[in-house]
Amino acid sequence: MEVFLSSLRELEESGAAAIAAAAAPEELERVRVEYLGRKARLTQLLRGVRELPEEQRPEAGAEANRVKNRLLELLDQRASQLAAAPAAAAPGTDLTLPGRGRWRGARHPCTLVADEICDIFKELGFVRARGPEAETTWYNFTALNTPLDHPAADEQDTFYLAEDIVLRTHTSPVQTRVMEKWKPPVRIVVPGVVYRRDPFDASHAPAFEQIEGLAVDEGISFVEFKASISYFVRRFFGEDTATRFRPSFFPFTEPSAEVDVSCLLCHGEGCSACKGTGWIEIMGAGMVDPAVFDNVGYDSERYTGFAFGMGVGRIAMLRYRIPDIRLLYESDVRFLEQFERA
Amino acid sequence: MNVSYRWLKELAPSIEDSAAELAERLTYIAVPVDDIVWLGEGLSDLVVGKVLSVSKHPKADRLVVCQVDVGRQEPVQVVTGAPVVVEGAFYPYVGAGQALPGGQTVKSVKLRGEPSEGMLCSERELGIGRDAAGIMQLHGEFKPGDSLLEALELDDYRLDIDVTPNRPDLLGHWGVARELAPGGAADLQLPAFPEHARVEYSVAKAETEGTTAGVTVRIEDREGCPRYMGAVIRGLSVGPSPEWLANRLRAIGQQPINNVVDATNYVLHELNQPLHAFDLATLGGPAVVIRRAHKGERLRTLDGKDRALDREMLVIADAEVPTAMAGLMGGEATEVTESTQDLFLECAYFDPKRVRHASKGLALDTDASFRFQRGMDPEGLPCAMQRVIELILTVAGGTVDGDAIDVHPSPLERRFVGLRPRRVNHLLGVELEPGTIEDCLRPIGFELREGGEGVLDVAVPTWRPDIEREIDLIEEVARRYGYDRFPDEMKTFRPTIVREDDYVDAFRRLREVMIGFGFLEAKTTPFAPEGEGEVRLLNPLSEREDHLRSDLLTGLIHRVEHNLARGQRDVRLFELGTAFGSAAGPLPAESIRMAAVWTGRRAPSHWTGEGGEWDVWDLKWVLTAVAAQATPGAEVQPVDHASYSGNLEEPLAVVTPDGRTLGWAGRVPAAAIEAPRWAGAVWGLEIEVAPGRPETVAYRPLPVHPAVERDLALVVEGRIPTAEVGGVIREVAPATLESVSVFDVFEGGSLPEGSRSIAWRLRFRAPDRTLTDDEVDKAVNRITSALQEKLNVAVRGA
Repeated sequence: MEVFLSSLRELEESGAAAIAAAAAPEELERVRVEYLGRKARLTQLLRGVRELPEEQRPEAGAEANRVKNRLLELLDQRASQLAAAPAAAAPGTDLTLPGRGRWRGARHPCTLVADEICDIFKELGFVRARGPEAETTWYNFTALNTPLDHPAADEQDTFYLAEDIVLRTHTSPVQTRVMEKWKPPVRIVVPGVVYRRDPFDASHAPAFEQIEGLAVDEGISFVEFKASISYFVRRFFGEDTATRFRPSFFPFTEPSAEVDVSCLLCHGEGCSACKGTGWIEIMGAGMVDPAVFDNVGYDSERYTGFAFGMGVGRIAMLRYRIPDIRLLYESDVRFLEQFERA
Repeated sequence: MNVSYRWLKELAPSIEDSAAELAERLTYIAVPVDDIVWLGEGLSDLVVGKVLSVSKHPKADRLVVCQVDVGRQEPVQVVTGAPVVVEGAFYPYVGAGQALPGGQTVKSVKLRGEPSEGMLCSERELGIGRDAAGIMQLHGEFKPGDSLLEALELDDYRLDIDVTPNRPDLLGHWGVARELAPGGAADLQLPAFPEHARVEYSVAKAETEGTTAGVTVRIEDREGCPRYMGAVIRGLSVGPSPEWLANRLRAIGQQPINNVVDATNYVLHELNQPLHAFDLATLGGPAVVIRRAHKGERLRTLDGKDRALDREMLVIADAEVPTAMAGLMGGEATEVTESTQDLFLECAYFDPKRVRHASKGLALDTDASFRFQRGMDPEGLPCAMQRVIELILTVAGGTVDGDAIDVHPSPLERRFVGLRPRRVNHLLGVELEPGTIEDCLRPIGFELREGGEGVLDVAVPTWRPDIEREIDLIEEVARRYGYDRFPDEMKTFRPTIVREDDYVDAFRRLREVMIGFGFLEAKTTPFAPEGEGEVRLLNPLSEREDHLRSDLLTGLIHRVEHNLARGQRDVRLFELGTAFGSAAGPLPAESIRMAAVWTGRRAPSHWTGEGGEWDVWDLKWVLTAVAAQATPGAEVQPVDHASYSGNLEEPLAVVTPDGRTLGWAGRVPAAAIEAPRWAGAVWGLEIEVAPGRPETVAYRPLPVHPAVERDLALVVEGRIPTAEVGGVIREVAPATLESVSVFDVFEGGSLPEGSRSIAWRLRFRAPDRTLTDDEVDKAVNRITSALQEKLNVAVRGA
């Protein structure tokens, strides 16, 4: 018995030392086989338990199991130590060499901006809506209080597919489509592609992304309109960004407003980005014209609301200081890769 | 539209603001000012010079030598190549050592031996006109040496205002001054011209036809022309305008032409009334008839173009033929020329829609048509007529023959619009007093009176055709009150019942997958050449791209070409967008798609040498991952070429559980892409995106019993697809088969010709017990014998 216990303890100590000395997983595996494998010394000793007197067997067995469990535990510990500090930790490795890379993908800057805008308006209860890109002239113009024989229809040069079918010139037709389907309260944002018959230059593209917004309910006033837009501006451009509302004209809003924000570069001092004015135009907006409500069968005495629209590419250009809108549509990987971390 | 600051202040002397302050105020209450330009920029060095004598250059035919009085004790000698230099006339002079507006310094030089001290300048050199050919003669009396800034009244600012289509009243100085004067319309006055000729004449009214000074004026189209005024001026002489008139026009960027044309232009920009002058001698009859164009009629307009007219177009005609396009442009045959002595002057109101029709039909836009389309003030005609007659008599002489005639078949009724102050406050969200509302509206010409029951009856001024409804008045109140004076207070809002767009979630998941694979999101314009699209544009930007794309992949391949052409060999692009197809209805079919194209290395190169190019197995994995997100339950399968019309090589298809094909992937054939020789294989996929979310994930309990793995090397004859072998394995295996995977494929060696060895790893596990070797052996035996029986597949080495 004594012999058994002392050889067991000796085995425990030498095993513990061997485990601690193992410098690599392969070495540790060799130690495991040596001590705990099928032909290992501990296994041999355990077989010896059967040869001990009957009354001594439980104690010897328990002790042998304790040693086995301890060694197993030490093996585990050492294994995870070795895993945590793998081979690279070995002295002599030049850690200034570059790591193994993977390609990193990126969202398009317009997607980044559109998602952020939609998320901010989500805080104000707006959900996303969508509509077709080819539209009837009814949805694109007439329902939005823009008669085709009025000069206001000239403000946007339009692509025609047929006499009464156009590529939408704005996301505003979705206003009508949503209101035809749902009753107030309506609170929607509509990101989407719109078309203008402008050739590509530094600030124009024939197809580009826009975001529309529409809120309709009882008692929505000009004051809330201003508050909602100012909230968006502060959340998107920063708390200290000022918002300016000035008169404008859109056939489907009245009163109409153009919304400017204090220049992001000079903070209102005047610089080349804002042409010295201190302000940068970001959206057209206003209270929904009652004629638009009449066209979808909403009671324009009971319901009021506001709508807005902004160019996503333009906002992306402001935010990321992109000087030429064509960069957004050329798909040059050296451009798109810059938004990996955005 | 360009506005002169000096001109505004003349019309509204109560304006004390600087040009910059005015611009800001106009922006805040009405329309934006895009630019403010000081007209004197760079001209402060220049003076007025008087040419005392002109003599031929002794050595050069094209040069003359002038002695010029520039206000110094001695005249200076200037050599010039100008075609005409008049002795005794005044010209702008810049001395040697001084600068022209462009910053160029003038030097003292010798021209073919004759010394020249400074320059006499052209309009172009001064930056105030286009005329570069000759030097600019100043018309009027000046003192040599006077500042040119003062002489040309260039100490002025030009405001470029961006007038919205609803505000035709702001297309002239008078209307802008009314908007800006502290007291509004009440502050305005028409200043006298220098050496103003006061003219007395009476106005003869007629309903549809009348005669003055022998000219018959008849309105045949009352709808097209509700009011037409005319007058005859005889004995005038056409010539250059005096400097003050020319300066005014130059200040707003207009080129002076002659005194008659300049006078009509002046009144156009002052009172916002387009005018036209006919050479009376050229009018047949003489008659002036306002009528529809006859079928087949033509007119050569002032711009020299011969134009075909239609019945909807409104023309001015003499007794026989059209002489002008009403509200657009005069005819060449009746144009005022240097020799014109007698004029017929037109001052009229034309219907906006009819002018617009002709403007669109003839593709002709003029200052006049721009204004008539937006709606002019029919009540403003008498004042504009008076003003232009006085101006013409002042600058060109002559007398008014007979009465002015005012043919007015359809007087417009004064428009009244009801305004409820309660509605104003409800919509604007503030409490404005009735007095405040009145203060906003009255200065700009609205008249308010109590209409009973909380309604104000508001009389709309005739120059505001845009004000038709209560909401139009509410906007007037809001902007005149000042948008910036409204508080921005957030109120509580009710959540909407509108359901969010079904595609939002699918787009988000697809982007996540593609970005995970290292792809870059692209956006392309959906225009395509014939052959790449089914839906045609009626008015494309370029004839080459006159269709809408019917797929996204083709456009993205062009974007890969763009990158390859710039030396980028590793390209990974994806796009979410719309493809267009022809449809039965009026609108084209729109399909929401995702496409991706990639080429080059599957990872950035590393010094260990690991890596390699993207291959078909990457393609299959990307497609599988995309298919799972684009359409839940869809499977990826090879397609046979018989059922596939696309051009991808080794195509794979995405098929839904109900057998619909949603997309394809494959290798882009070399013929379909312009790629340099060093470029790698190009891979592409396109798939239709289905709306909605995948089923909610339901947790499966983690296994508690150990698994048993068995490896099988199967020798497969011929081209039996691996998927078929896998199918048999799954079909005959017991429920305890947890997974099947291929871990090696081997051909050649000792294998029979045409056979492959496919190594499979089968994993078995039971949820409730530990499997015995016996059980697993039995299952494997069943599988191997089924394979042998159905596909003649043998276990290798068995």
